[in-house]
Amino acid sequence: MAAAQEIPLNFEIEQFLAGERAKDLLRFSTAGSVDDGKSTLIGRLLYDSQNVYEDQIRSVTKASVNRSAGAIDFSLLTDGLRAEREQGITIDVAYRYFATARRKFIIADTPGHEQYTRNMATGASTAELAIILIDARKGVLPQSRRHSFIASLLGIRRLIVAVNKMDLVGYSREVFERIRAEYSAWSAHLVLPGARPGAHPSTYFVPLSALEGDNVVDRSANMPWFEGPSLLEYLETVETGDGSAAGAFRFPVQRVIRPDQDFRGYAGQIASGVVRPGDEIYALPSGQRSRVRAITTFDGDLAEAFAPMSVTLSLDRELDLSRGDMLAGVEEPPSAAAHFETRIVWLNERPLDLNRRYLLKHTTQLVSARIVAAARTDIRTLQSEPVSELQLNEIGTVEIETSKPLFFDAYESSRGTGSLILIDPETNATAGAGMIVKAVAARPLRPSGPVTAVERRARYGHGPAVIALGERENLAALLERRLFDRGCAVTVLRQPEEAALSALHAAGMIAIALGPEADLELASDDAAAASEIIERLFAEKWETGGGI
Amino acid sequence: MHRLSHLQTLEAESIHILREVAGEFQNPVMLYSIGKDSSVMLRLAQKAFYPAPIPFPVLHVDTGYKFKEMIEFRDSYTAQIGVRLIVHQNREAIDAGADPFRLGTSKCCGLLKTQSLLDALRAGGYDAAFGGARRDEEKSRAKERIYSFRDARGQWDPKNQRPELWNLYNGRIDPGESIRVFPLSNWTELDVWEYIHAESIPVVPLYFAKERWMFERGGSLISPEQSIIPRLPGEKPKLVRCRMRSLGCSPCTGAIYSDADTIPKIIEEIIGFRRSERENRVIDHDQDGSMEIKKREGYF
Ligand SMILES: Nc1nc2c(ncn2[C@@H]2O[C@H](COP(=O)(O)OP(=O)(O)OP(=O)(O)O)[C@@H](O)[C@H]2O)c(=O)[nH]1
Ligand SMILES: [Mg+2]
Repeated sequence: MAAAQEIPLNFEIEQFLAGERAKDLLRFSTAGSVDDGKSTLIGRLLYDSQNVYEDQIRSVTKASVNRSAGAIDFSLLTDGLRAEREQGITIDVAYRYFATARRKFIIADTPGHEQYTRNMATGASTAELAIILIDARKGVLPQSRRHSFIASLLGIRRLIVAVNKMDLVGYSREVFERIRAEYSAWSAHLVLPGARPGAHPSTYFVPLSALEGDNVVDRSANMPWFEGPSLLEYLETVETGDGSAAGAFRFPVQRVIRPDQDFRGYAGQIASGVVRPGDEIYALPSGQRSRVRAITTFDGDLAEAFAPMSVTLSLDRELDLSRGDMLAGVEEPPSAAAHFETRIVWLNERPLDLNRRYLLKHTTQLVSARIVAAARTDIRTLQSEPVSELQLNEIGTVEIETSKPLFFDAYESSRGTGSLILIDPETNATAGAGMIVKAVAARPLRPSGPVTAVERRARYGHGPAVIALGERENLAALLERRLFDRGCAVTVLRQPEEAALSALHAAGMIAIALGPEADLELASDDAAAASEIIERLFAEKWETGGGI
Repeated sequence: MHRLSHLQTLEAESIHILREVAGEFQNPVMLYSIGKDSSVMLRLAQKAFYPAPIPFPVLHVDTGYKFKEMIEFRDSYTAQIGVRLIVHQNREAIDAGADPFRLGTSKCCGLLKTQSLLDALRAGGYDAAFGGARRDEEKSRAKERIYSFRDARGQWDPKNQRPELWNLYNGRIDPGESIRVFPLSNWTELDVWEYIHAESIPVVPLYFAKERWMFERGGSLISPEQSIIPRLPGEKPKLVRCRMRSLGCSPCTGAIYSDADTIPKIIEEIIGFRRSERENRVIDHDQDGSMEIKKREGYF
């Protein structure tokens, strides 16, 4: 949107469009404790930079009659849900778009309330810069620290610490300096263990009144002692770019494009690096080498493509590749491991559980995963201690084991190939957000020899089992579905013969046997019986491996 | 220096989304409203799968009150690019004479759009449906995820959305549930027109200014095309130079006075606008938060 820009008399569309093409894009998010003034600030920024339409201003002027803020309640420009307007808080991220003569911006205005931390993480995950608001009257609060920490975990390298509501502390320089010192003392520890030098976020401190507009777009006459640029001036000039085109070439395959016998291409978005026809690549996981033949797009073949472009690559030699595989430059291949260390933000009411399986999405693949160790990070001290579970909104470091190796880079060096999410297979909820640190035990690119029982167990997350259910067909179907959805290797056998059962056992699978035999006393309700069986299966942690 | 322009960045992101859905869902469908956003979304789908054809059908929920020019454009353009078109109508309600003047706009929309859409999605067994909505259109849309989860009744729960980090979308659903997907989430109205210009994408001629017969009521221009429009005593349509800024049902979507008969002129007009593009839609202003209410019920 670009409401109400002045149109010069000699408006030339081509000149205007050339100017548009030259603009770059900055994505930023807000953060901080509840009521620190994040939404008010974004509303003020949009309003003072003339990026709000008249009917939108009218609608927030009307709606704010019952609220204390006065004529225009700027927070209502982003608090777009009814529940938000009723409660006067932000619940979920709002995305807003605005442009100045220099730059285009995508803003994620996030909630401060601790209950909605996961929505803050959602907004920050795609941001290059975060504005951390601090209420001048309250100073640095636990939630200011939590959000700063999450922002730095998510790889945000530029922070603006905005000390807001300066109008309520008499625009006092002393208050601003005190908060700056307090925040700096704490954030000095924010350098993450194992982080590269220079990974420490750069921080700009600015005193504001979002309500009155001081230092938002124009420099404040009320704070002549502050000499830095206003918030918007800073946003317009800060260096941008996530540097992803500079990294090693990584191309997760999203889809095979095969319109006819003559063309086979691999569609994907370049996660990092540059590619040109003739470049030598590895196809992973097979480890086969080939060369890029062409970079195909709807607009013609390209001589070069780079992150984050979406393209289709065809290769010199036809390889057996499918969705979830990756093409990578041969000079610097990614790490390959099925056991790695990950920083994590837990996003679900159901705590992280070391005994459960999760689905893990990384680049374009979905695999089964287990968390084998966890440590929780204390937001205040930034120290970690081992734990057996992580609660909603807690932050920690975990070790994850996956059913097959992932090809990844440390999140520090590549967001695209270093990020993952965990999904609870029972509720389908997005339960955790992970940032990979390093492999714990790297495995060879391609294991050889026959598949072992240990490998099967690692892949399925369980050992073999036989469950005899008598004639309960419906229960068998339900149980199969629930185990399958958890990622188990399971099947129902109708005429269970010894030979079939032992083959399944050797293959490490769970066999549900229907027939004359039943070896369990079970509830007559199918759902209750299925839950009971699953509970017993997982309580045994698959150590025994026989029937139950 | 490797740097993409703003539009190239948006294009790459949207193509990624289109491909993820095609890779992860059994039976996706693209909602096609015939408007400018749908035109852009269709072009992005062509790009995403090129040189293969678009691997899913497009679905138009036809209320029977669309402009004639929209229907003509729909039929010829989808045939020209070779995408499979499915048209769904809530025949029962249309035959029973549902119209916005008798039922009120919110009830009429409920029957002819929301209900009809939910029926069409159920009938096709679609597990994912693309929509061309943009977050900058309206304040409840500004809150919606790119993958927006819908329960078995097609409803949206804005207070309980799945976290959505990076470009790792969670498409896991149980039978009967579905995901609405918005590949244009991060595009603005200006981006859409700049892209249409840069890519020479065909759009319905109603977007371009010309002399049209219109009822002039207060500040709004309503097309007399549909016979159901009640006439005020002595009222006659007038020839007005105007265009549509947003396309919907002809009785409920007003035209704007405009002289913009080319895309560059439209872009010039938009950057001077002081009002949002949905202001001319009667249906969005029935009550406070009306878009959010409709969306919760299953509307796009
Ligand atoms: N005096 C004064 N009040 C402010 C200022 N900025 C915000 N406020 C008030 O602080 C209250 C909270 O503002 P919001 O913008 O809703 O706060 P928020 O940080 O977005 O809150 P959440 O999103 O719920 O975390 C409102 O009543 C604002 O009017 C300021 O600079 N000065
Ligand atoms: Mg807020």
